Amino acid sequence: MEYYLQLIVNGLVVGSIYSLVALGFVIIYKATKVVNFAQGEMVMVGAYICFALTVQMGLPFLVSFLMTLVFSVILGLCIERVILRPLIGEPIISVIMVTVGLSTVLKSLVQLFWGTQIRVFPPVLPSEPIWVAGVPIAPIYIAAFVLSGLLFAVFSLFFKYSRTGIAMRATAMDQQAAQSMGIGVKNIFALSWCIAAVVSSIGGIILGNINGINAQLGHLGLKVFPAVILGGLDSLLGAALGGLIIGVLENVADGFMQQVFSLPGFKEVAAYVVLVIILMIRPYGLFGTREIERV
Amino acid sequence: MRGKCGLFHTSYASETRFFQSGFQKLSLGLFLVLLLCSPFFLSNYQVSMLNMINIAVIGAVALNLLTGCCGQISLGHGAFIGVGAYTTGICTLAGWPFFAALLFGGLVTAVVGMLFGIPSLRLKGIYLAIATLAAQLILSYVFLHWTSVTGGAIGMGLDAPVILGMSLDNDAKMFYLTFGVAAASVLLVANILRTRHGRAFVAIRDFHQSAESVGINLFAYKLQAFAVSSFLAGIAGGLWAHYTMYITPEQFDIMLSIQYLAIIIIGGLGSVLGSIFGAVFVTLLPEFLGVLAQWAGSFFPNISMYFLALREGIFGLILVLFLIFEPEGLAHRWRLIKAYWKLYPFAH
Repeated sequence: MEYYLQLIVNGLVVGSIYSLVALGFVIIYKATKVVNFAQGEMVMVGAYICFALTVQMGLPFLVSFLMTLVFSVILGLCIERVILRPLIGEPIISVIMVTVGLSTVLKSLVQLFWGTQIRVFPPVLPSEPIWVAGVPIAPIYIAAFVLSGLLFAVFSLFFKYSRTGIAMRATAMDQQAAQSMGIGVKNIFALSWCIAAVVSSIGGIILGNINGINAQLGHLGLKVFPAVILGGLDSLLGAALGGLIIGVLENVADGFMQQVFSLPGFKEVAAYVVLVIILMIRPYGLFGTREIERV
Repeated sequence: MRGKCGLFHTSYASETRFFQSGFQKLSLGLFLVLLLCSPFFLSNYQVSMLNMINIAVIGAVALNLLTGCCGQISLGHGAFIGVGAYTTGICTLAGWPFFAALLFGGLVTAVVGMLFGIPSLRLKGIYLAIATLAAQLILSYVFLHWTSVTGGAIGMGLDAPVILGMSLDNDAKMFYLTFGVAAASVLLVANILRTRHGRAFVAIRDFHQSAESVGINLFAYKLQAFAVSSFLAGIAGGLWAHYTMYITPEQFDIMLSIQYLAIIIIGGLGSVLGSIFGAVFVTLLPEFLGVLAQWAGSFFPNISMYFLALREGIFGLILVLFLIFEPEGLAHRWRLIKAYWKLYPFAH
């Protein structure tokens, strides 16, 4: 029983990072209808920039954290302006493939600068475990969970009450109507890429503190699809819950398969098996908008 | 045709003819003769490049039929090629004749492709792309972990194909096999596109609701597209497996799917000629980069250390640049060049 409790706790922590990355994905999809296959690579770039500033340049963690966020804003702006804007109005396959191309470019840049071996962040929090309900949990896990919860709260409030947030929701609902109400749709597109880059960088920094980082971190982006499909492609709440559920589910399924069938590595596909089932039963996910087609 | 300046079609049949002029027929014929003679004057290495191009052409026309013509995005073709490779390999190891194994590999892949194509009835665009991505990852997992059949991470060693007692154990002999199969696949796909089925595929891609309202059964035609496309992908896999004579699960990972999608985008979506251009371009790209790296090596001595990372990055960069500046691919550029020379001195 304790084995499974530990798995659930681990799953929640990993799941909270999935949720963060899924949040970035959903923000982009909601505002611009672009499916971003480079989300995982944006996580990786953020993590490596923070690593370079903290370890290679010796800045204090908080300073490098803030500088990474600034860098992410610039990165998001550049990606939107240079790569995505020329493709407005192109067929969906072109948009998908341009983000796939972007992801290989980002990955190879990281490999060029930092190589492929694993890099470890200096510990920011003490490593003494805290006991919660009889299960030892590292403080960094709790920090990760709390931080992503906080970010979700901030963004929910931002979308609900702030002027910009409401403009973003309007753009998501109907671009033409938003434009005619005086909302700069292009600015909203740029802003959504910035937010997505910032959120994924934070996810990357948390992950770097937990496991260390290497050039395979980008594979995380592939785990985001099951999370967002489960939650619904255009729902923030869906992204949060979807990420957590997928995190827990893949950890528990992996543990179960290992214990009962001694089948290794089921973690890699568990989420995708779930994904196929959801797509068959309820393709718009738990909270997504159901698309109705009329002739 | 004589005496006219330009092409005038008076019937649908004349418009869908492969060769619009005698010159086209002649130049293609000469080119084919040149290709068939090429093993006699090219080096072994160059012939092996031709083999890789032939195999890539088969996979590319297959994917272009499904994605370019029928509009169903597939991120799973790398894995479908893997299914063909493993099935053909297992059959020849069990002593089947080569062509029977190749056909059976294609059929098994067609069934697998149709299975993963079933969601295409309800799913479109991005959802279908993600469903086929799931197919890719699940099949990759099966290749890696079904050790008793696929050999797992260690891989599977195969023999050179034996046809009528003759072993195709060198590049030149293999060339005639891959070239024959590639030519047959290109002809098959080009002909499918001229039939009722091909026109139905294009109608589904352009607007599925109008297609359905003129009486096209969406589900049946989409499944047909998946079946034909994965059949050819399986054939490409079987040939590739017996050409490299060793297969491991990493060969058929998501990068392969992305590479085939890149081929059809660089070549031109929905164009048979484009698939061939794309296959040539993407297969020769690493060679070209290798030459470039060697040349740059005299200025930056340790560039070869970064070569692998650079190669993937440049590949992605070329894909992005093509999508931004040449979204219709090389086939479109080829048409423009032809149109320019047709009216050469008097172009305006």
